[in-house]
Amino acid sequence: MSTSTAARPPQTTISDADPEAKLRANPVKILIGIVGMFLVLWGLGNLFLAFGYYPEKFGNKIIIGLLAIVGGVGGAYALFYFLNVFIEGLPARLAEGVIPYGFLLPGFLLVGLMLIYPTFQTINYSFANADSTAYVGLQNYRTIFSDGAFWTAIINNVLWLLIVPAVVVAFGVVVAVLSDKLSEFGERVAKSLIFMPMAISAVGAWAIWMLIYQYNTADKGAKDTGMLNAIWTTLGGEPQVWIQLQTGKFNSFLLMIVLIWLQAGFAMVLLSSAIKGVPDDTLEAARIDGATEFQIFWKVVIPQIWGTIITVFVTVFITVLKVFDIVYVATNGQYGTDVIANLFFNKLFAASEAGQATAIVVVLLIAITPLIVYQIRHFRAEENNR
Amino acid sequence: MSQRLMKDGRPVSPFSIVTMVLLSILWTIPTLGLLVTSFRTRDAAAASGWWRAFTEGGWTTANYSGAWNGSDLGTGFINSLVVAIPATIIPIMFAAFAAYAFTFMDFRFKELFFLLIIAVMVVPIQVAFQPMLDLFGPRGLGISGQYIATWILHTGFGMPLCIYTLRNYMSTLPRSIVESAKIDGCSHYQTFWRLVAPMSIPAMAAFATLQFLWVWNDLLVAKLFLKSENTTVIVKLQQLLGSQGQGAELLTAGAFISIIIPMLVFVLLQRFMIRGMTSGAVKG
Repeated sequence: MSTSTAARPPQTTISDADPEAKLRANPVKILIGIVGMFLVLWGLGNLFLAFGYYPEKFGNKIIIGLLAIVGGVGGAYALFYFLNVFIEGLPARLAEGVIPYGFLLPGFLLVGLMLIYPTFQTINYSFANADSTAYVGLQNYRTIFSDGAFWTAIINNVLWLLIVPAVVVAFGVVVAVLSDKLSEFGERVAKSLIFMPMAISAVGAWAIWMLIYQYNTADKGAKDTGMLNAIWTTLGGEPQVWIQLQTGKFNSFLLMIVLIWLQAGFAMVLLSSAIKGVPDDTLEAARIDGATEFQIFWKVVIPQIWGTIITVFVTVFITVLKVFDIVYVATNGQYGTDVIANLFFNKLFAASEAGQATAIVVVLLIAITPLIVYQIRHFRAEENNR
Repeated sequence: MSQRLMKDGRPVSPFSIVTMVLLSILWTIPTLGLLVTSFRTRDAAAASGWWRAFTEGGWTTANYSGAWNGSDLGTGFINSLVVAIPATIIPIMFAAFAAYAFTFMDFRFKELFFLLIIAVMVVPIQVAFQPMLDLFGPRGLGISGQYIATWILHTGFGMPLCIYTLRNYMSTLPRSIVESAKIDGCSHYQTFWRLVAPMSIPAMAAFATLQFLWVWNDLLVAKLFLKSENTTVIVKLQQLLGSQGQGAELLTAGAFISIIIPMLVFVLLQRFMIRGMTSGAVKG
């Protein structure tokens, strides 16, 4: 720190004429920076609390929304501005070293607060009782492992993991390959239609598929209003309450179809762009050598898009591991369709068993750990290819 | 060659055309069923399947006004916008600075920090519920139930992916531009605002599209962290789903109301969305 500036008042602005100035601390800038950051956070905090407690003062929700957008974005801007003023006030050598951490700080604070701290807290709670007031050792794990509902959920999750990612990837590859052979217009339309469910929420998707799976409980004379039953009865079957049909986990498969319908477009988009990246001359060479289109697909195209196939598979796999919304809105885990994330939700909120609920999440975390390792390896490999 | 050719000289593939037409129809029929049913009266919808609507009639638009006003989906719709727009913009701002640091600066533990980002991208958000309910609840900050709780949560949950996407994009920008700005006397802060942020707009738009859809379509965070008068259209719809029988005809209209905005975003911003996904913007 510079103590030799006593000769001149500290308020002196730094001018280009003084090349030494940047090397010394500038207390004014440091002060403005700290006070500014504090004021921004304090002001934003109060603004948002006011939204919460005195919403009537703002008129209506649209005004609150607009103010929130301006406040949130402007606040984030002002925060970085004052952070920068503060850093610039530090002596140059120190500032140079501090800037990167300053840029990382706001984002990392949130990641730390929302994801890292809770991960450890969750592990901590999993050894505590139902309202997290006393430690009970491994009791929660003993309870969930001896609970049939837990194993049903695990088996269902495994089934989902075995089926959904593989089907989504296979479907994505087929659609990507076939649509590549269409005219430009046809390709665009077909891909848009298959991609569209990506925009629909799981809740909305269930509202859609409920119409297909529904069983008409109205008078017997009425025609079937559920599409699946209409097709089934046309083929000579008896109408079924499909979503309660547990034989061979049939109802779980019906729920999986909804997720496949939602996710297929995602796989298609990624695989399609990979297929377009396959060089034409490799295909031409294979054709000249007399390979059939089928052979070209398996021996030339697939090996070249293998990396993307794995990426899509892993991404869908992670999504399926945490699948919640669809099961929650469709059956809430009844009729033998429960999955881990839904079981967690019910343990935590319906049964108020925080200890068991967090123990379930820890099981999920352990299941996910190999995927974290995979993601890191994958990233390292990609970095080396840059 | 006896095969017919397309304009660009490739042969026409009848097998591809037939399969793709069938798949496109198969993929669209469920949504079409919802759309048709949402315009049918309760009695008509209960008496026959939607595919018979064209011969048996029973059309109405009352379901939409009923769902919008009666079931309060209108309020939910506004709430969804109030939740989703800030929750889309704020994370981009925070993440862009972090991505800049990861791309153009050298500092200790840089790789470690970035690996941390990659690791937490996969962590299930379920871990956060109990600790965050404690922190935001009445015994903590007392913001649970307010919009700000969801803004903070969605910003935090979206952050790792946003940093990752923006950093991937920024590392494709020429480093020389940033270096020459430095020689011209620009601070990192100025370089960020004048050069890197404007050049990264395609990546920001890509992430924004995806984040908006996630926040709009989210059920869990909204259900747990918003009080009933602030809750989103998706939670309202889920509550309608739970009360079958009574408002069955409103449900279909409500579902369509909840789909309209994401569908618009999808149609208008599809190319950003695709760009975001192909550049690695995939939420774990």
